[in-house]
Amino acid sequence: MLDVEAQEPPKGKWSTPPFDPRFPSQNQIRNCYQNFLNYHRCLKTRTRRGKSTQPCEYYFRVYHSLCPISWVESWNEQIKNGIFAGKI
Amino acid sequence: MAHATQVGLQDATSPIMEELIIFHDHALMIIFLICFLVLYALFLTLTTKLTNTSISDAQEMETVWTILPAIILVLIALPSLRILYMTDEVNDPSFTIKSIGHQWYWTYEYTDYGGLIFNSYMLPPLFLEPGDLRLLDVDNRVVLPVEAPVRMMITSQDVLHSWAVPTLGLKTDAIPGRLNQTTFTATRPGVYYGQCSEICGANHSFMPIVLELIPLKIFEMGPVFTL
Repeated sequence: MLDVEAQEPPKGKWSTPPFDPRFPSQNQIRNCYQNFLNYHRCLKTRTRRGKSTQPCEYYFRVYHSLCPISWVESWNEQIKNGIFAGKI
Repeated sequence: MAHATQVGLQDATSPIMEELIIFHDHALMIIFLICFLVLYALFLTLTTKLTNTSISDAQEMETVWTILPAIILVLIALPSLRILYMTDEVNDPSFTIKSIGHQWYWTYEYTDYGGLIFNSYMLPPLFLEPGDLRLLDVDNRVVLPVEAPVRMMITSQDVLHSWAVPTLGLKTDAIPGRLNQTTFTATRPGVYYGQCSEICGANHSFMPIVLELIPLKIFEMGPVFTL
């Protein structure tokens, strides 16, 4: 859905999620989860309004970098089955 | 890695570890001085032929041996707190890697771009090549760039583990349900070893960590697979 090649920056300019002052502590689980929720909420709101979902890619990149993929896969499975506990 | 019979810390590969080594030397020197002083006083007490049955007041000495330890403790605490706050500094990392502990191997995820996910098992003794390190070498090393702040996100899929690399001054617990973050900046290329540092079952001693730090230009060329 999101083209990984298009997101790659030019060589020499690596980027990764920046320091988020909302989550200053060692346990970053909330950072990962919050960005996951924000991504899905952004997608839902923007598709409902018929707008482009390109701005939501930031949240995707952040949670994709921070969250273990197994967690993301299980959350996506829950969303697909309608049993996800978070509010989207 | 540590050589056989090594007692001291390994050489530093990150600025924080350099500070920790300096602090360790400072604190150890104070400890040696105190131990020597106490042993010397004990020796004198045990070997003297003098006797004394009438001392009842030693106000000045008691004041000195209360104030002096307080000063020594402050001299230890100040550098210690300085380093503690240094490890907590905000630094914008250039790279994020996830490390997930399992029984009994590590999974590494490089997901800043695309998704490179692989497992890192210890090489069994039968699979060792000449020159490989027993109980330390792994099949897939964690390859990272030098001189770039790297953010490690560490968690576990099952029980407690701990991701430790002594030469970088790193030890972070891998706790299921928690995503611990640690950052480091390596100052020189090389291959660095660590071992799981939280008891996690039968093969706790057999799930090592190997970091391969390479120059950024070579790292940017992308993964190179050799057979």
